[in-house]
This record gives sequence, structure tokens and C-alpha cells, in this order.
Amino acid sequence: MKAGVIAVQGDVSEHADAVRRAAASHGVDVAVVEVRDAGVVPGCDVLLMPGGESTTISRLLREEGIDEEIRNHVAADKPLLATCAGLIVASRDAKDDRVSTLDVLDVSVDRNAFGRQADSFEAPLDVTGLDEPFPGVFIRSPVIDEVGEGVEVLAQWDGDPVAVKQGSVIATSFHPELTPDSRIHDLTFFGQEHASTQDGEGVEA
Amino acid sequence: MTEETDLEELKRGTDLVKRGFARMQKGGVIMDVVSREQARIAEDAGAVAVMHLESVPADIRKRGGVARMADPGKLETVIDEVSIPAMGKCRIGHTAEAQILEAAGADMLDESEVLTTADERYHIDKREFTAPFVCGARNLGEALRRIDEGAAMIRTKGEAGTGDVNQAVTHQRSIQRSIRKLSGMNYEERDEWAREHEAPRELVHETADMGRLPVVNFAAGGIATPADAALMMQHGCDGIFVGSGIFGAEDPSKMGEAIVQAVNNYDDPETLTEIAKGIGAGMKGQANETMPEEEKLQGRGV
Repeated sequence: MKAGVIAVQGDVSEHADAVRRAAASHGVDVAVVEVRDAGVVPGCDVLLMPGGESTTISRLLREEGIDEEIRNHVAADKPLLATCAGLIVASRDAKDDRVSTLDVLDVSVDRNAFGRQADSFEAPLDVTGLDEPFPGVFIRSPVIDEVGEGVEVLAQWDGDPVAVKQGSVIATSFHPELTPDSRIHDLTFFGQEHASTQDGEGVEA
Repeated sequence: MTEETDLEELKRGTDLVKRGFARMQKGGVIMDVVSREQARIAEDAGAVAVMHLESVPADIRKRGGVARMADPGKLETVIDEVSIPAMGKCRIGHTAEAQILEAAGADMLDESEVLTTADERYHIDKREFTAPFVCGARNLGEALRRIDEGAAMIRTKGEAGTGDVNQAVTHQRSIQRSIRKLSGMNYEERDEWAREHEAPRELVHETADMGRLPVVNFAAGGIATPADAALMMQHGCDGIFVGSGIFGAEDPSKMGEAIVQAVNNYDDPETLTEIAKGIGAGMKGQANETMPEEEKLQGRGV
């Protein structure tokens, strides 16, 4: 399996480690590539769009010509996991002209809806498809405020959707890649829970 | 879903949340700004965050006198202006300035040698804060002492306000060299290294095992061009702070955009060549070689 981590900006190595762990738990060989130029995405079986700053990421995707390649990847029904800023970039509408969204996920989002960094938090989340609560890490996170038809809500926080699935795309407001728990990556790329829960304070960069 | 239980288990200001914030800045450019107008230009140029301060380091050098935290009211106008994180600088050891900046809504605090040192002996106890901190370091010992105090991000000190990248290179090389040495040592030798360098031994072992700093490591101090930014990324930095280099340049928008693109293409000389064309002159600067020791800022807060 070839996994491409969109690497124009954000927490790229954390996603690379998480997809390696998920693949290893299935005995699947995975080659992880960083995507910073056009021409790499078409050769990838699965994609990951990391957390970071959505203004910066969306701008560089457009400038490098990667944006259209991601749309084609999703149109071909190949898996994509998008977290936090990745969710914003993947959405239909971020209600902010500083971000040009890819519209590969029929949701609209409210950027930084949880407030500033002082309001960032971690808390356990119940996620559809996972037996045990998932450690949710929310960092200046967006909230999904409108969900289109065909989008399944996988998790909510305080009444708002924070994890969704549409076809081959799973997107979260929080950062599964910051924890050693790769069950969300598992769910996205292997379609089922394969418990690899570990205790710990999260991955180190 | 048991929402009540979840809300009770909510935790803020944990190491994971603070270090996680720093991780989201990776591969990005954090730009110094002194006004909301500059913050707008920085965000439009592709900055991942802005660092608000009263005047950029190059102007602090010219002006002299005591350099303090900026007016928190001005930080609030910057926060209102941009959607990206806004950071603020406080003096080394000045806990009250840090408390004020945190209350004003700063997403990250820089306990910075660019400002006048407030405490000759102690840095701020950063573990007490919900907001994450970034601190400067010239070598691995300094970096690990700051992490031990609670810093969620380390940056090279470089020599701020000079537009001369050579001290940032020196500091990054020193940190990397020490990590490589440690990785090749056995347990007793690592302990000995920790004692010799007055570094917390648990962090020394953690760093040696990981082969890198346990927090995000940015470059700062003297970065003035896209090529400087690319150089620091090639030296293994996770991202870049640009101080006087953006708004001291002939065309801040063009320079800002070019530095952002250079960080993404740091290992691609042909693209870097295109990026470096026609962006106007960089800041004038002052070479470190000719600077008297007493004018250097990097010796503050070790």
C-alpha cells in the first residue's frame, strides 16, 4: 500500500507514524510518501491530510497544483483521512475566503469554533465503529455545523459533529495522530477496528 | 454517548495539548508583526502564525533602552484581525507579563531574549500556564532546561535583528551535534553528559533514545531570505520564525510569500531559484562577525 501524507505544512510525521502502525497491525506493507509537489498523489492508494493552518495548507495546495489531484483521488473512491485543518480544507464551505476548500466532503465548518489555544482540550469520545472511547485531542479545532445528505456522523462533542464519514472520506475535528491510538486510521484505511490502543502520553515528534 | 461524563473528563493545558499546538506549526513560517496591518499582510502571505511585539528586533537594537512586553490592547487587535494563531513575547523570567499576555488571548508565549531580561536567575515556571511557551536555545543543554521548565517548543536563538543567519546555523548545528553524540553513548556516559551540561537527565535519555528533541524545534534569529529559510530546514529545523526579515524587506508581501514557498520546497534548488527571483532586496542587516559581544542578545537567559 502506498500512503501519501499531504506535507505542505502541519503535523506530517505524526500521521506517517500512525498509518504505519495501522498497517502493521494488519500485516500490510506500507510505503509512506510526503506530498509537497504535484504528481505524487495519483500514485497513492490512500491519502492523509494533517492538522496545521488551513489558510497556509489550502494556499500551498493550490499553488503547487495538488488540489485537483486530491479531488480526483476522492472521486475515484480512494480513502482519505483529514484531521482538523485537513477537515476544513476538505469541506464544502469554511465560510471564510482566506481558505479555498476542496469540496470533497459535504459539510460546512466553523473554523476555530472551540476558541483560542487556551480553550484547546483533550477528552474521551465515543466514536461509531469503535468499542472503547477514543482520546480526542482538540487544538483550536473546527466544528462541523452543517452535514449534507450521505454524510454519516461518527462522533459528537457537546451536540456538534466532530467526526464524519462520507464514502471513502473520514474527517475529524480532533487529532487522532497526536495519540498512540491508531484506531481512526484503521477505520479509514482498513474499514474496521483493530485494537491497537496503548497507554501513553501521545507520540513524540 | 455519555456527554456529561465526557465534559467532566475534559482537560486543558496538558503537555499533549500544548506540545500538540506546537506540532501544528510544523513546516510553517511564523512572522513578527507590530500592528494589525502587518498581521493582515503576514496572514495573506501564508504565515502559520504571527508573533506580536512592540518593535521588531532590528528596531529594538537601534532604539536601545529597556524592551518590554507590547501593549496587550494591540495584541487584541491583532487577534481580531487574523484567523491564524497570534503569539506574544514576554521578558525572560517576567511571570506577570506572561500572565497578562495569556489573559489577553495569546495562543503561544515567547519568553524571549530579544526583550530585556527581567530575572537574572530564573526563567518563568511555564508548567503553571495553560498557554504553551516557546523558548530560545543555543545548545542542547539550554534547550532541555527550557523543556524541563515546561516549554512546548524550542527555537534557535540566532542573533535577532541582524539579518545574519550564521548564529542560527551555529545553534542548530550545536543542538544536532549533541544529539548525535548522545545517541552513540551508553547509559553512564549519557548521565555524565547530563551532569556536565547541567541538563535534566531524564530529558537527556529521552532525547538520546528518540534521536531528536522531544518538542518541535524551529529556527529563529537572522533569517532574512527564502534561501536562509531553506538552509535552516536543510539543517533539520521543523519550521521558521522570521523577525525583522519580513517587514525590514523592500516588499514585505513578496518576501513573506517567497519564504513560505521556500520552506515547502527547501530541498528543491530549481524551485527555490524561481522563488528567489524578483522579490526585492532583503533587510540591510548587520553582520555578526563585526558585532561587539556586549551588543549580542543570545547570551541572555541560559
